[in-house]
Amino acid sequence: MFATSRPAAALAVAAAAALALSACSDSSSGSGIAVKASDTECTPDSTALTAGVNTFEVNNVGSKGTELYVLRPNGSTIGERENIGPGTKVKLTVELPAGEYIVRCRPGDIGDGIKTNIKVTGETKAVQADARIAQAVTGYRTYVAAQSADSLKLAKDLQASIKAGDVEKSKTIYASSRVGWESVEPVAEAFGDLDPEMDLREADLEAGQTWTGWHVIEKGLWVKKSTAGLNVFADKLVANLVDLGSRVPTAEINGTSMANGAKELLDEVATGKITGEEEAFSHLDLVDFQANVTGAKKVFDLLKPVVAESQPDLATQLDTTFAALQKELDAVRTGPGVTEFPSYDTVDKATRDKLAAAVDALAEPLSHLAAAVVTTA
Amino acid sequence: MSSLSRRGLFGIGAATAGAAVAATGAVAVGGFPVSEAGAATWSRPDVIPFPGRNQAGIATPVQDRMHTVAFDLTTSDRAAVIRLFKAWTDAAARMTAGNEVGEGAIPGVNEAPPDDTGEALGLPAARLTLTLGLGPGVFESDGKDRFGLRSQKPAALIELPRFAGDKLDPERTGGDLIVQACADDPQIAVHAIRNLVRIGFGTATVRWSQLGFGKTSSTTPSELTPRNLFGFKDGTENIASDDQTLLNQHVWVNSSQDDEPAWLDGGTFMVARRIAMRIETWDRTSLIEQEQLIGRSKGSGAPLGSAKERDKINVAALPPASHVRLVHPDSNNGHRLLRRGYSFVDGSDGLGRLDAGLFFIAFCRDPRTQYVPMQARVASQELLAEYLVHTGSGLWAVPPGVNTADGYWAQPLLEA
Repeated sequence: MFATSRPAAALAVAAAAALALSACSDSSSGSGIAVKASDTECTPDSTALTAGVNTFEVNNVGSKGTELYVLRPNGSTIGERENIGPGTKVKLTVELPAGEYIVRCRPGDIGDGIKTNIKVTGETKAVQADARIAQAVTGYRTYVAAQSADSLKLAKDLQASIKAGDVEKSKTIYASSRVGWESVEPVAEAFGDLDPEMDLREADLEAGQTWTGWHVIEKGLWVKKSTAGLNVFADKLVANLVDLGSRVPTAEINGTSMANGAKELLDEVATGKITGEEEAFSHLDLVDFQANVTGAKKVFDLLKPVVAESQPDLATQLDTTFAALQKELDAVRTGPGVTEFPSYDTVDKATRDKLAAAVDALAEPLSHLAAAVVTTA
Repeated sequence: MSSLSRRGLFGIGAATAGAAVAATGAVAVGGFPVSEAGAATWSRPDVIPFPGRNQAGIATPVQDRMHTVAFDLTTSDRAAVIRLFKAWTDAAARMTAGNEVGEGAIPGVNEAPPDDTGEALGLPAARLTLTLGLGPGVFESDGKDRFGLRSQKPAALIELPRFAGDKLDPERTGGDLIVQACADDPQIAVHAIRNLVRIGFGTATVRWSQLGFGKTSSTTPSELTPRNLFGFKDGTENIASDDQTLLNQHVWVNSSQDDEPAWLDGGTFMVARRIAMRIETWDRTSLIEQEQLIGRSKGSGAPLGSAKERDKINVAALPPASHVRLVHPDSNNGHRLLRRGYSFVDGSDGLGRLDAGLFFIAFCRDPRTQYVPMQARVASQELLAEYLVHTGSGLWAVPPGVNTADGYWAQPLLEA
């Protein structure tokens, strides 16, 4: 069947993805299961399958259109394909842990259809069992700890400069203190309470909610142009960052959550930074933007050995689109340092459009990273 | 669900229109042999065939809804454009057949984002058509020949001149590419554009988009003529979808007769104009004045001075500055357009008024002779102009249809 439709240069990626799925299935789960379907039949060529990713290939030799379902014993659907016309072949890929299931066809798209019971045995080959992924997770945990410690150190400096009443110095430190946090924010979001306490924007406050965190300090420094009243918020920020640092060693991190985190970092850029909403008072959005991208790139770099092997076209596309986005950021920065960016309110529409396009070009393939990690099983 | 392969949808190899249909089970759709399964899909009543000599969505009987998007290309790499157009063609062939994009809306692997966004699941194809046009920027952009296609630029792909009264918003004007989705169900039209936009990320960005909810022209004279937001029947004398003579004369480019490159043969040109209507002041206007401004009676649609809607128009009998008189072929050296516009209401303007109007779409063989002179005259002479504000505009070259299993939109141009 024609390769899946995906962004830009991803047609080949999609073909590679499809191949990767079946390649994975063939090697680990022995899972190309042919299903012969007709007006009266629905026969898989095996009813004893191996746990993991399984691909059913249905061949409709009947005269009516049919549908293929893989169901749990209670009738709920795990996967399905409809509109399988007469004379056509279709694939259905599903992940099946050990257990009992039903393969069902519905010729003519009506009625209860024809069912066959299948049994899946064995252990789903844990993604985490791949040593390279375990290594990537360890590397990422170290990175998160370091980024969090960096923000903590700078938050303490910020605490001191606020206490000393130095507005200008506080502004400079504020900017640097954002970098570590913004590069690993999705990990903190997993802890529920920390993100709203530290990073809530004024616009997102709900009635009755207390506003704390960086952006209270931001408003004080840039709008009121004063450190008055900010001590308590600086203290709380430091305490929150200490808390974050203590949770990192035991945080639940795996290859999939890393990849999803990278996607979420780009979502952050697309929804908050490109619109200038994140740093509404300081207009330091590009500092955060760069930190988000750096954090996402770190995830990709750690997972690359795995992805380059299982989906080389996706890896290449990510290399290209990360580089293109970095190029756009470098074109606009005022210097090589991580905080050396112009105020976002001075960035014109044409530049914002270029940044937005480069973000979209990266975000789409990046959203496929999690699946690429899973299918290396 | 992606049940049919491209080969299934398009047919058994690159057979030409004249080839004998020899293989068992092969039938012809639009003059091209397709597999039986493909033919079964394309002949469903809710499906408009995607393959054909000409793109669908032009002569096709007008559907109820429209979603149109203009793109700018963010690449200078012709290979990237080819990859995009191949992916778009594949998605378009699937969606117009009522199937899902790629591997569908429910992937087998939970960690993967679905290929299809899913809001069309379970809905009929709703006569979806997808029509692609190429703007001047494909051939030349900022003086640069980005894709090596400058020498293939159609002569008639001009910059439309400024017409009297134009208040064009640059952000609603132009675009390297345009895709028009028409369907009888707005959800289907929106789903199609949305999925193409998503596929375009990295190569094309959305420049502007427009929703249209009511057709304002008909290419099926046997049906009731639709009314535009002025309340008047619109498109009475439009070119009919089955009138091959008029279509060949006024719509389809014939590269051997027109001074146009071979890749455009069987294509056409698309003019789009976002025309805001001052409906509040119009609605306060007396019936007789409305009719004088248009040149037809409001109730029956009959040309003023005649009894029935489809009575032959005598332009000399119409008020000199009436709309119908000024746009009629008899006033324009016999030139006519295939009109296919839609009404829009895009929210409100902040001053208590609705942002309503006509998204005017016309297809023609040469806009230089068929559109520009007519619009120039109309803009400066018709009294109706007081109620109209042109806020968006564009002209695109529409390539011929895709009709081979390995074909894709604009292939003859991109592989020239």
